[in-house]
Amino acid sequence: MIEVLNRFIRQVFRNWFRKKRHIKLGLYGPPNGGKTTLANRICVDWLGEEMGKTSHIPHETREIQVKEQISIKSGKKELSFNLVDTPGIATKIDYEDFIKAGLNAKESKKRAKEATKGVIDSIKWLDEMDAVIVVLDSTKDPYSQVNITLIGNLEARKIPLLIVANKSDLKRANIKKVQAAFPQYSVVGISAKYGNSMDRFYEQLFEVAG
Amino acid sequence: MLTLQFIPFSEISGLSPERRLKRILDAVKEDKIVVLEGKLAKEEETELIKATMESINGRFKGIEISVVSSDRKQEGVFRKLQRGLVEALSGARQGMTIIGPATIIREIRKDPDKVQLLTVEGSRNGRAGLKKKRRK
Repeated sequence: MIEVLNRFIRQVFRNWFRKKRHIKLGLYGPPNGGKTTLANRICVDWLGEEMGKTSHIPHETREIQVKEQISIKSGKKELSFNLVDTPGIATKIDYEDFIKAGLNAKESKKRAKEATKGVIDSIKWLDEMDAVIVVLDSTKDPYSQVNITLIGNLEARKIPLLIVANKSDLKRANIKKVQAAFPQYSVVGISAKYGNSMDRFYEQLFEVAG
Repeated sequence: MLTLQFIPFSEISGLSPERRLKRILDAVKEDKIVVLEGKLAKEEETELIKATMESINGRFKGIEISVVSSDRKQEGVFRKLQRGLVEALSGARQGMTIIGPATIIREIRKDPDKVQLLTVEGSRNGRAGLKKKRRK
């Protein structure tokens, strides 16, 4: 009962902030999908500075990062938001994977411990979001349970979402497969790294969160 | 040797969400692959991920999870209503959930006709298959 009441209050506040056009926009997805790369791209495009560090080793972002007061414009429309970059959501974390990626044992164990906390924080922050960009690696299978669980949770919480099929610059990228997996949502194929199709991304963002 | 533990939904339906997840996770931590009748609610799935993260240590590396259900896109309106009514009255959730320890299950692949559990090298021959009946 308390949980239902909490959710109702959050929903009221969420709608109020949406009307105010200043929202909390979350970047969610599995590890190494390119959430921080996209956050950096948005920040460079509109603020002229990057937001966080990226790495080929999974779970580089292990703490919630917030960039406040970003305003994007398209014609007469304007959208202001706080951008929340979250740690990747996973169902398993093995420190030995980090050793294989080149870290030493001590660093790997520390990273694994921080990564587990990061996943928990990401889930806890879900209720705070007014809109979410789900960042998926378009070279990977979109039907993974983490993706389905994440999108199902956003749907259950009635949080508007935009799916980004990232890494479109890679040969193995399959944007159509991501679109086929989630036909009821807006899916936009981009390369956050090279800035490909960012205009379409911003248009879609206005549609979903504007 | 792989151990599969079947949990009928009736066995956990009366439990609180916390105890329900604990029941599942305890079995997985004993290196069993849990085949759960029905599905967890979406919120329960995220709670399961949180509980899994809290349990990760040197020995337990997490879980692999997959939910298998009938293709609802092909369901007609009457069939959808019928299923919704049955689920509302019985509390049952149609489908099947497979949850295994990440130290044993590397990946769970689904296609319309079968579910493949790809195991970690050394835990078995590398592949175990569970065939799923296609709904007519």
